[in-house]
Amino acid sequence: MIDIKKEIQKDRRAFIKNVLSGTIAGSLLMVIPAGAALDERLPEQLPGMRGDDSPFTEKKFAFVVDVTACIGCGSCCVADKNEYNVPDGNYRTWVERYIIDDHDEVFVDSPNGGLDGYSKPRTDIPNPVRDTFFVPKLCNMCEKPSCVQVCPVGATYKTEDGFILVDKDRCVGCGYCIQACPYSVRFLNPVNRTAEKCTWCYHRVREGLLPACVNVCPVHARKFGDLNDKTSEVYKILREPHVISVLKPGMGNQPALHYLGLRREVV
Amino acid sequence: MSVAAHGDAAVAAANFIFPNDLHVHWSLMIVLYPYITGLVAGAFIVSSLYHVFHIKALKPVARFSLLFALAFLICATWPLLNHLGRPERALSMMLTPNPTSAMAGFGYIYSAYFIVLLLEIIFIFRPTVVALRKKATGFMKILYGVLSIGSDNVSPKALKLDHKIIAFLAAIGIPMACVLHGYVGFIFGGIKANPLWATPLMPLIFLLSACVSGIAGIIVTYILIMKFSGKEIDVECVQTLIKFLWGFFILDFVFEMLELFSHFYMATHHWHTLEALYSGPLFNTFWVAQVGIFSVIPFFLLMFMSLIRFKDSILLFFAPIVSFMILMQVLLMRWNVVVGGQLMSKSERGATTFHPMWFEKEGIFVAIVIMVAPVVILWIIGKILPFWMDDEGVEAA
Repeated sequence: MIDIKKEIQKDRRAFIKNVLSGTIAGSLLMVIPAGAALDERLPEQLPGMRGDDSPFTEKKFAFVVDVTACIGCGSCCVADKNEYNVPDGNYRTWVERYIIDDHDEVFVDSPNGGLDGYSKPRTDIPNPVRDTFFVPKLCNMCEKPSCVQVCPVGATYKTEDGFILVDKDRCVGCGYCIQACPYSVRFLNPVNRTAEKCTWCYHRVREGLLPACVNVCPVHARKFGDLNDKTSEVYKILREPHVISVLKPGMGNQPALHYLGLRREVV
Repeated sequence: MSVAAHGDAAVAAANFIFPNDLHVHWSLMIVLYPYITGLVAGAFIVSSLYHVFHIKALKPVARFSLLFALAFLICATWPLLNHLGRPERALSMMLTPNPTSAMAGFGYIYSAYFIVLLLEIIFIFRPTVVALRKKATGFMKILYGVLSIGSDNVSPKALKLDHKIIAFLAAIGIPMACVLHGYVGFIFGGIKANPLWATPLMPLIFLLSACVSGIAGIIVTYILIMKFSGKEIDVECVQTLIKFLWGFFILDFVFEMLELFSHFYMATHHWHTLEALYSGPLFNTFWVAQVGIFSVIPFFLLMFMSLIRFKDSILLFFAPIVSFMILMQVLLMRWNVVVGGQLMSKSERGATTFHPMWFEKEGIFVAIVIMVAPVVILWIIGKILPFWMDDEGVEAA
């Protein structure tokens, strides 16, 4: 206080000048977002990612899909298509509709990958419907990925923090990975003629944001988080006694995509 | 159907295909690729039967089959390059290969085999080339100079060394031909996600069908070229080729059927998809065409032709027909494996369809061009290196 008083007494005019210019500059900074990136204004969704500049994080991410929660609205598919400009007829993620009638016949469909949502019921089921549910599909991020094994040029690779990614500048477009993937999550992008698939939104995750599909799911059927973080929802789900399964466990690929309440009819 | 039967509920199939499985990625080009490499490997085996195993009756076609192999080997990469989404990056497979990828080995195996085949041709034809160089003028003289690798020494001592080198090259050429084609089988056999492909028998079946197609290809071209050029056909040679063709085809056909029978007998959860495939989309191309028409009929024809000594004219009439049928059998087998395997969706609940178009990047027209190209190349090679000369530069036939 004494310092300020001294300062004011020293040169009252200069002090007023400084305060004024500081106020104006500060106000201007609030009006004009000078260089502030978009994501920094969004709240961090994955704790501890913003400060992490290392090439690979120490985190162990997992994806959990709650089959019992999905309502088949298709929001995730729309978000995905917008995020990546996915060419029509190709799907980085999709939602399947399962219907089981009272004769235990299983009917599955996924028109346009569920992109338009399942607003209309199927009319071609011959018997009364016993049960129905939706199964979202996406990259399984295998611990032992077949696609990485077969890629002849190493364009498909596994990061040290467990993401399977495709380098479109190295991919030769041979399609071997598409043949090798047991889950058919890959396709050949007709525009750049290279292989493409779901990345669990690696670019968003590195910025501390949830994958686009997780972000938009209105019923929280898609969950994403760090298994090393004991407070994370995915950690709790995988630790607690839920009905948890992965797709095609017999393939031995050890997916990091887990399904909560997965039904035996699902392939 | 009982609710308790876990398998049954999963099996109950409405036709559902994973959205990304609608499109068949490996189409006609990938059908042709194993077909062409198979012809190469098989033709090389024919040559080796003479050069290494001293089956003297095959002398007339021993040199021709090497040139036949070369012509097809030159074109073996064409369908692959046409198929790649980014062919300009093809060399990355050799420069920055992924060691765990079966496909990454192709460049090396192909190149090594190309070198061995080229060297063998150069050494086998060297005395002939030296003789031709003396008569040639202009460009051909320079070309023969290059082909004789700068040596016109045809002394008995030099030829003896040549023969040692030829025997060595042919000897390492056999395992290499087997690796080349067994490996092509492994490209498919190593894909665990595809129940039609994922069998350890796949390399063996590919290898045997390669031998079969190579021998059949040699019989057809040998007889046709001789007929059209008015030269006399060596009946003994054709008879021997037919016997080898029958021998290899017995093994080939039996293993193809054993593979299918194993799937059927073990009846793992994959069998219901395979069963649906064989009785549905593949019924015509597999059961009717590949097995019924082009396996069973040639099998008995070959048996009769091998066991009964027919008149020469009958033998020479049926030999190209049965060989052509075998060529069709192998082509159908490639189709049924490559395309058939992709028709099943990994949803295990349905199959997609595939109809090749005439004029598209990987269409029928391009496929025909790629199959005609080796024949044209063979004709050009024939203008440079005579098919039917023996070591002394005398017409063999």
